[in-house]
Amino acid sequence: MLRRLHHEQPESFAFTPANLAWAEGQITKFPEGRQASAVIPLLWRAQEQEGWLTKPAIEAVADMLGMAYIRVLEVASFYFMFQLQPVGSVAHIQVCGTTGCMICGAEDLIAICREKIADKPHVVSDDGKLSWEEVECLGSCTNAPMAQIGKDYYEDLTAETFGKIIDELRAGNVPTPGPQNGRYAAEPLSGLTSLTEYDSGKTQYNASVQLAADIGDTVKRIDGTEVPLLTPWLGKDGKVAGRDAAAPTPRAPATGKTAAQQAKPAAKKAAPKKTAAKAPAKATKADAAPAATGKAKKPRTMKAPRKAGADDLKQLKGVGPKLEGVLNGLGFWHFDQVAKWGADEIAWVDDQLSFKGRIERDGWVEQAKTLAEGGETEFSSKVKKGKIY
Amino acid sequence: MLQDKDRIFTNLYGMHERTLAGAKQRGHWDGTAGIIKKGREWIVEQMKASGLRGRGGAGFPTGLKWSFMPKESDGRPAYLVINADESEPGTCKDREIMRHDPHTLIEGALIASFAMNANTAYIYIRGEFIREREALQAAIDEAYDAGLLGKNAAKSGWDFDLFLHHGAGAYICGEETALIESLEGKKGMPRMKPPFPAGAGLYGCPTTVNNVESIAVVPTILRRGPEWFASFGRPNNAGTKLFGISGHVNNPCVVEEAMSISFEELIEKHCGGIRGGWDNLKAVIPGGSSVPCVRGENMRDAVMDFDYLRGELGSGLGTAAVIVMDQSTDIIKAIWRLSKFYKHESCGQCTPCREGTGWMMRVMDRLVKGEADVDEIDMLWDVTKQVEGHTICALGDAAAWPIQGLIRNFRDEIEDRIRVNKQGKVSIAAE
Repeated sequence: MLRRLHHEQPESFAFTPANLAWAEGQITKFPEGRQASAVIPLLWRAQEQEGWLTKPAIEAVADMLGMAYIRVLEVASFYFMFQLQPVGSVAHIQVCGTTGCMICGAEDLIAICREKIADKPHVVSDDGKLSWEEVECLGSCTNAPMAQIGKDYYEDLTAETFGKIIDELRAGNVPTPGPQNGRYAAEPLSGLTSLTEYDSGKTQYNASVQLAADIGDTVKRIDGTEVPLLTPWLGKDGKVAGRDAAAPTPRAPATGKTAAQQAKPAAKKAAPKKTAAKAPAKATKADAAPAATGKAKKPRTMKAPRKAGADDLKQLKGVGPKLEGVLNGLGFWHFDQVAKWGADEIAWVDDQLSFKGRIERDGWVEQAKTLAEGGETEFSSKVKKGKIY
Repeated sequence: MLQDKDRIFTNLYGMHERTLAGAKQRGHWDGTAGIIKKGREWIVEQMKASGLRGRGGAGFPTGLKWSFMPKESDGRPAYLVINADESEPGTCKDREIMRHDPHTLIEGALIASFAMNANTAYIYIRGEFIREREALQAAIDEAYDAGLLGKNAAKSGWDFDLFLHHGAGAYICGEETALIESLEGKKGMPRMKPPFPAGAGLYGCPTTVNNVESIAVVPTILRRGPEWFASFGRPNNAGTKLFGISGHVNNPCVVEEAMSISFEELIEKHCGGIRGGWDNLKAVIPGGSSVPCVRGENMRDAVMDFDYLRGELGSGLGTAAVIVMDQSTDIIKAIWRLSKFYKHESCGQCTPCREGTGWMMRVMDRLVKGEADVDEIDMLWDVTKQVEGHTICALGDAAAWPIQGLIRNFRDEIEDRIRVNKQGKVSIAAE
């Protein structure tokens, strides 16, 4: 199934301090160099904090784990629990529609969602509070039909009880999760047929519901303050005993660059761009007098090609159609212009084109000298034969 | 019927104390260090002798699986990974263990990891089980506090860490190699085998992946002896088992019973009978969505174990997730919904599955409405055979089998619907 990022994305994402501490705790579950393992829990927590999974959140998680953005994006789009578009501000309702629930009336529940929330799944209701979708088996089949709302299972539903739950949520209340027909957990409704002697010392609710009831507002977004952060696996010495005892886990093979590594050249690229933006202003001054620095010197440019017509700059290896246009825009039309560039001029053009070193690396000046004298290079002959462009 | 004293999961419904103290009261964490002191080989031999077959669906002997792990480390650590990605439609048994009887699992994890020379185990729980995750993590925290996990776990001399990790809603991550991929932080796409996980699994290290129930029964088996466990069920189908009965029974429930119990006894004792009586029983899917359905009349006397369901009825015990359907059910639509499930959950790695699941669903779509030709039933059968066995993992097979079961058992109904639909059109045209 094709899943894409939402067309509108927020500016930024940051974990709340408590969630950040939680995330750092999760990472310690995995051996050195295997932090990528924590990607799903971190993404999920980011989603819980914001309601849905945003692009800045995906990138923030990638940076935290030293993963390439694409690796995290493919995880985010692969797993269906990640909501890649905004959901209702109060709750997103997931109705189980697989066979076990379907034969017990899940279709009626979906009809209720259509009626009370929105006609289509993943569409936020008019009041912005709710959204819904049909999901595959949620693993509560003996309590069918059921739906997950926020973090909790509402089980043994009927169209009527489910409708009431939706109304309650809309009104700002949090209905008690768990079985809605008077059952405790997954025992027979009519009474215990086994384990009767163990029917003692129970809390008011089964384990899942009790946890929800203890928190109270269970549909609220997790900001990390709900339950204390525990990392008992970290001993007093801060070491993980089992990991310490075993042989070290082999390192992950190097696969591509991490996002942080990728970001470095990007940052470098970004920097010259800024100077490039300022450069024309400087350059106009430079028309009258050489640049003060003397380092980047504007070469002589022309407003238009000579009457005989412009040279085909694409014959220079390293110059494609796009770059040719840029060079023309700067006022370079002929090989002999390029051939006259010295180190200072190269530096100036380099700044304009915002990629350092390529002119020298590809040897534009040498190529241009040959071509200006009417000679040919291996590359230019290929271009002439139409093999390149 | 199984006696309460022979039940392993004594707090299945969570009605008793769910804390460590409660678990100890019910006999868990009793003499764990003593069991571990008996050594690796003893544990594996006992597990083999108990006849425990994996509870995750495939039914592979657990003791044998453990014995594939390298005896000596070659410089790499070993891992136990516990598959708690319970997503097979119909299956809801592990959830009850994790939220209500979590210490069976934690103790089992320690013993099993020791038996496999693993100092670390990961539990991979499905992402939707959020409260269950909290309950299980609380139990793990408790065990750490009590010194049952961590350095010198339970005073056994073995250093052991148990980490709870979760997925994010992908059925395919229940497949062991996909689970490992997911645990490494990647998309859950199954790996080619070999190498098998016991050779190169998690992080390229020897790994065994076991179902929650398989691990959670281990401590009790070792305490009470393999003979005790093997005394339930027919030979080769030993033990007690959690059954999850859903659908059209009067009281759907999860219950622990002896293997090889008859279907009738299981339903009558625990579920209050079939809704509307036995004559109203239409079909049963006895082992989770991946096994073929069985006609109701063949099911009443069925013996609920691996060999009978497979050998006699051409189905399977799978995860013992029994979906019961009465005469009001549109069986074609019920199976169509499973086809839709598999289409949704196919990871897209292998072409026969990626394309085939969609193709099968679309044909099923038309069969539900009766807008098809009778020959297309055979064509659909052919397609299921082309998907089955031609993919890296068993999801392709699992998508094919329910449809094969439908055609084998309810071909008459499919044909009737096509006929009615055709005649309906004819009569409208005639008017």
